[in-house]
Amino acid sequence: MDKLSETLGRYGGVNLLPVVLAAIAFVLIGAPSSWVTLTIAGLSMGMMVFLMASGLSLVFGLMDVMNFGHSAFISFGAFVAASVLAALGGWLDSDSVLLASAALGLALLAAITFGLAAGLFFETVIIRPVYRDHLRQILITMGALIVSEQIILAVWGGTPVTVPRPSFLDGAWIIGDVSIEIYRVFAFGLGAVVFTGLYLLLNRSRIGLLIRAGVENREMVESLGFKINRLFIGVFMLGSALAALGGAMWAGYETLITPALGGEMMIVVFIVVIIGGLGSIEGTLLGAIIVGLTANYIGYLAPKLALASNMILMMAILMWRPSGLRPAVK
Amino acid sequence: MAHVNNTYGTMAVKTGMLIIAAALLFAPFLFQDVRALEVAARICIFIVLVASYDLLIGYTGIVSFAHTMFFGFGSYGAAIALKQMGPGWDAVAIGTLAGILVSLVVATVIGLISLRVKAIFFAMITLAAASVVLVLASQLSHLTGGEDGITYRAPDLFKTANKLMVDDNGKVVRWFGVKLNGKLAAYYFVFFSSLALFLVMLRITVSPLGTVLKAIRENESRAEAIGYRVVAYRTFVFCLSAVAASVAGSIYAIWLKYTGPDTALSFAIMIDILLMVVIGGMGTMWGAVIGAVLMVMAQYYLRDLMGAASEATANIPLLPELLAPDRWLFWLGIIFILLVYFFPRGIAGTVMTKGARK
Repeated sequence: MDKLSETLGRYGGVNLLPVVLAAIAFVLIGAPSSWVTLTIAGLSMGMMVFLMASGLSLVFGLMDVMNFGHSAFISFGAFVAASVLAALGGWLDSDSVLLASAALGLALLAAITFGLAAGLFFETVIIRPVYRDHLRQILITMGALIVSEQIILAVWGGTPVTVPRPSFLDGAWIIGDVSIEIYRVFAFGLGAVVFTGLYLLLNRSRIGLLIRAGVENREMVESLGFKINRLFIGVFMLGSALAALGGAMWAGYETLITPALGGEMMIVVFIVVIIGGLGSIEGTLLGAIIVGLTANYIGYLAPKLALASNMILMMAILMWRPSGLRPAVK
Repeated sequence: MAHVNNTYGTMAVKTGMLIIAAALLFAPFLFQDVRALEVAARICIFIVLVASYDLLIGYTGIVSFAHTMFFGFGSYGAAIALKQMGPGWDAVAIGTLAGILVSLVVATVIGLISLRVKAIFFAMITLAAASVVLVLASQLSHLTGGEDGITYRAPDLFKTANKLMVDDNGKVVRWFGVKLNGKLAAYYFVFFSSLALFLVMLRITVSPLGTVLKAIRENESRAEAIGYRVVAYRTFVFCLSAVAASVAGSIYAIWLKYTGPDTALSFAIMIDILLMVVIGGMGTMWGAVIGAVLMVMAQYYLRDLMGAASEATANIPLLPELLAPDRWLFWLGIIFILLVYFFPRGIAGTVMTKGARK
């Protein structure tokens, strides 16, 4: 048994879980073409959820702050991007791929900018006064979530908003009898780029070194003379911007969004963060991909169980590893 | 916390409690319209619901977002039993017991799995569990009626047409202009069962158990070191408050004669409870009463006020939208944040420390 776990550890340990999951699903589904479609859908959903969840996990890891209002950034990102895309409808409709991608780029950029600004506001006004007090943090951020949802309702109204998307991302590639939605590939690609960027930032740069040191031992970093509060504002803004980006991508994926979007995604984000372990982006990515794959496989195999499956998955993983698969926090 | 037993603030709060209790007791006679009775019954139910939540958040320091889930178990238990078995006391009993049983099992499982981890994990896990139950309730539509909910009849005693006392002409007797009919009986059923539940919880908070819970809230590792098994106590109080919420749900289901996601399970109710407990004051049962009274009144009457304000400011951009009656949560949210910053003890806690000797 020890030898087995050692061998497994050498080949990636818990990182193998998605592969195992995919293999089991392959046997259960039986049809390779549906399996490929579902796997790609799961991976792209996982990547979008990763965008939304990574900030939450980092912020908790670095500062021991849990932001229950995180889903507000997701909703705002989605609605801001939808508004920009709607305003640039002329560019989207034109035949030029360049103009259409410029519109998409601007929409995503608007979401990111909004996320940065909202993150700065949130951190300094809402969260700063309640550092180190979990009970009040939960309450305050919950209150901020209520207010943000009401602002979204006041500005965009309660009716569903259609999100136009560039025509070159619509449709699907057909290879043999496998169909692959282009938008999913795009979402996966963007998620992978962001993950690589974050990974390099955290593991190869000086700022990343400080962030990781801060996660490990905050007081020690402070006593060495670094202003960890400023670093924290930066991480918080980055996390909010990523959540807004994730929300924007999700809006394009769903194409019809309601103000309830943030709340719905928040549950998934929480489950991902808990499964992955707080504080590490690798853990978050792992959790997001596992959740994405499970959601799609179960959605195909037993649609009624789709949402409960995430919950069962979380319970199972928590019983096996109480602090998640790859936690960075003590 | 300072000694708050003999301050004039405490006297004021307790006087307020007596007034509220008297107002609720005589509500059918004092406010003779249908809407007011609806408000009074809702206040009774929410006092129990918020007090049971306060056992968790205020006395033990556990943040759960699954409290409406237990309320919903109770509601749906009574509703399904009344629908399937017809209106009768046996259905009420079976439904209530089934609700309690489900609540107990779920609370024990969640508690044992997740109460040993950090408070924040627990909050997240309960949030996830509650949302899964919400989705399940709308999916299992053959049992729960889905989004539409279930309508059913309450036991015959509570029918509006039921005459409790008749005069010589066979007409229903009026006392001070109030018809002694089934509606009155239903209200007093709600009032007295809520009162009983509230008193039980009040008794628990002043018992040795209540003291242990406060010790856990103040310093978990110290309580553990003295020899109290923190996880066991937390799980126990989680189950206790789940049962109280479940019974409150059953009572509300009998009163409303309708149960659906919006009245029994939605996240909006959880937010209401949270607002009530924080506005009223965490860690005192009186706070639950104050919070529930203020919030329910605001829900019913503030909206009218805001509608007027919205029309008055129609020419200013954005403000009318924010003042629209549907946006009342926006303002309550802001009040909520300010209260958590500046008066973390809420109304009851702040008032009770007035006049305290340092």
